[in-house]
Amino acid sequence: MLNDLTVRMEAIVKKLRGEGKLSEENIKESLREIRRALLEADVNFKIVKSFINNVQNKAIGSEVLKSLTPGQQLVKVVHNELISLMGDKLLSLNLPHNRINKIMLVGLQGSGKTTFCAKLANFYRKKGNKPVLTACDVHRPAAVDQLKTLGKQLDLPVIHHPSNKVSKIATESIQYAEKNLNDLIIFDTAGRMHIDQEMMQEVLLLKEQVKPDYILFVADAMSGQDAVNVAHEFNIQLEFDGVVLTKLDGDARGGAALSIKAVTNKPVIFAGIGEKINDIEEFHPDRMASRILGMGDILSLIEKAEASVDEEQALKISKRLKKNLFTLNDFYDQLQQLKKMGPLDQIIKMMPGMESKMLKNVDISGNETNEIEAIISSMTYNEKEKPEIINGSRRKRIASGSGTSIQSVNKVLKQYDHMKSMIKKMNKGMKPGKMKFMGK
Amino acid sequence: MKRIIDGLKSKLAKTKNGFVAKIAETIKLRTKIDQDLLDDIEDILLEADIGVDVCSFIIEKLSDKIRLNRIQDPSRVMILLKEIIDNILDSDHDELFNAEIYSPYVMFFVGVNGVGKTTTIGKLAHQYVQQGKKVMMIAADTFRAAAIEQLSIWSQRSGAIIQKHQSGADPSAVIFDGLTSAINKKIDIVMIDTAGRLHNKVNLMNELAKMKRTIKKVIPSAPHKSILVIDSSTGQNAIIQAKIFDSITDIDCIALTKLDGTAKGGIVIGIKHELGIPVELIGLGEKIEDLQYFNSTDYIEALFE
Ligand SMILES: Nc1nc2c(ncn2[C@@H]2O[C@H](COP(=O)(O)OP(=O)(O)OP(=O)(O)O)[C@@H](O)[C@H]2O)c(=O)[nH]1
Ligand SMILES: Nc1nc2c(ncn2[C@@H]2O[C@H](COP(=O)(O)OP(=O)(O)OP(=O)(O)O)[C@@H](O)[C@H]2O)c(=O)[nH]1
Ligand SMILES: [Mg+2]
Ligand SMILES: [Mg+2]
Repeated sequence: MLNDLTVRMEAIVKKLRGEGKLSEENIKESLREIRRALLEADVNFKIVKSFINNVQNKAIGSEVLKSLTPGQQLVKVVHNELISLMGDKLLSLNLPHNRINKIMLVGLQGSGKTTFCAKLANFYRKKGNKPVLTACDVHRPAAVDQLKTLGKQLDLPVIHHPSNKVSKIATESIQYAEKNLNDLIIFDTAGRMHIDQEMMQEVLLLKEQVKPDYILFVADAMSGQDAVNVAHEFNIQLEFDGVVLTKLDGDARGGAALSIKAVTNKPVIFAGIGEKINDIEEFHPDRMASRILGMGDILSLIEKAEASVDEEQALKISKRLKKNLFTLNDFYDQLQQLKKMGPLDQIIKMMPGMESKMLKNVDISGNETNEIEAIISSMTYNEKEKPEIINGSRRKRIASGSGTSIQSVNKVLKQYDHMKSMIKKMNKGMKPGKMKFMGK
Repeated sequence: MKRIIDGLKSKLAKTKNGFVAKIAETIKLRTKIDQDLLDDIEDILLEADIGVDVCSFIIEKLSDKIRLNRIQDPSRVMILLKEIIDNILDSDHDELFNAEIYSPYVMFFVGVNGVGKTTTIGKLAHQYVQQGKKVMMIAADTFRAAAIEQLSIWSQRSGAIIQKHQSGADPSAVIFDGLTSAINKKIDIVMIDTAGRLHNKVNLMNELAKMKRTIKKVIPSAPHKSILVIDSSTGQNAIIQAKIFDSITDIDCIALTKLDGTAKGGIVIGIKHELGIPVELIGLGEKIEDLQYFNSTDYIEALFE
């Protein structure tokens, strides 16, 4: 990905070391880096400007906490400020069972509305609602087929009408819901440009007709600077209630989330994290703040780590790391620790400086941990402590002992190497950090 | 195809959304060229999604030119700015879709989700059919719900024939069958529609690499044109999209879609600067005729006038 803010901040942290107070002079360079990071994350340029001003005002003159370096202190100020902009609450829709709740999805072409209709239906069905999907996109070729296909996958009804009249379709779906005791109608609408008056009029009429309980604005996480104009215009014309940010499974930093929140003051409620029906999450604004900064999801990682890591174990590893003694035994222990915290690839993704590129080399999925465990268990104590002695014939033996292949053994050794160098790097970067499980 | 500059200009007029006005105003407010003026221009470029790196490059170039030519009059800054951007975008690509040399001429459309691949194929097929070419679409997006139906509608609208399998089929298998039949049927132009995929999904990118190998197996010189479709509302992420797709399918050019909104699509300047990949097509709406060849002079003119 683009340069990581953490890496750049580390360099600055070093420079700032020894300063007791943050001053305009000593944070100037850091602020420039932060500005750049935010721009690279697609935060709107105007918002970046006022953001930097705020941070500067809050940071200057503040005493540096004992436990932090000045650079860290500044990152903390930045992070807090981001969170206060993004909001820190997880919000959810209120969909009581004793009425017909109506949700309407709107947004630009291709942002992910139709897919999200299905995800949403699936999400609330699991919570006990009885949804019906309504195909109000009469413009895009095969839009109705698309929703019908998704409805079939979910085994949910999809209302459409050959007349291709939006109002007619909407009326039918409400009648259907009344008759079949559905308590949730989800309206898919056509993608439209915010400046296309005719199309905006169409969706406005639909709003007036069905009076939705919630209008959700669906935005692509890869959006650039223009996201503010689009969101603003949709909000002015439709007064939407919340935002869905899709395609967050990509590697875009998603600064548009911040921009949209800032210009509309409407919360982001859901995240789309893939093309499949289950790829939906409630949106965590605090995590987004870290992602935008390119810090990984450092805070939730710390939380998770604190909750699940055995202190003593961590201390042991950190001592060994200091002496540069990270063996396969430690690798194995680390895997155990990480396994407690959740799917490894998710965890690794959350770490600052660990982006998708690096994941390619580490790429450890749930199934793979089992294989890794089997392989390491088939090694002798000596091999685990001195992996460099594992030659061709040893590899063969380990492969057959673990019921895997030489390739798999090679892969594990490679992953170990990567983990080792990664940890070394992190170790250097985060001097007095809180990342206990990675050692100090 | 005849270029319709006026159409582009009027559509892009909405696009620029004060972009030029802002630079003009910034310039008017100043009587001399100083750092503040350059900073303001940089901000305006950034706001157009031009790309953080290329922005620094442009500003550097601009201040060099100002110094070298001893320019003092702020109103000349605009001309210099245009020149610099035009130098980055440089080319005019009207004749590049040369379908005469290869038969069939194979075009491979790739990109992230929802950018406009299928729609662009429909529009372009229409133009070739109008020119009397025999066009075949291959429905190699077997994944997304109703992707095949969507392309089928575009094939009816445009008069291109379509090769398809069942939803869920192996995309490479569709491609193999499609290309084989295109040779038999003496098709002039083949357009392959692929499923949208995020560049950071290793398995999906591997699948794309496999499709390309399949194409080569049937027609070694193909694909003759790999087209990366980019949504003009995309921000900085488009650069890494271009990088990774290029590493897998050797991108020849970009189709920049949805320029009928207010997004400027400035990131293509960053892509051209960093990777040398030119834009050749622009999408200006959802209708079949809303596609044009890109022309850098017109594009910049439309951005800056
Ligand atoms: N990777 C990823 N792809 C997504 C996500 N949400 C939607 N998509 C994909 O994005 C593309 C567009 O999604 P649609 O649901 O058709 O978007 P839409 O907003 O309904 O599009 P229009 O109706 O044409 O405006 C499809 O390829 C989807 O599979 C997501 O969260 N992650
Ligand atoms: N306004 C506008 N809409 C466009 C343009 N090009 C495509 N679209 C719309 O964008 C949406 C997505 O287009 P598709 O052609 O389905 O995109 P795709 O890249 O094939 O999508 P996937 O196959 O799902 O990845 C549709 O609603 C199109 O009508 C354009 O130039 N302008
Ligand atoms: Mg749709
Ligand atoms: Mg498509």
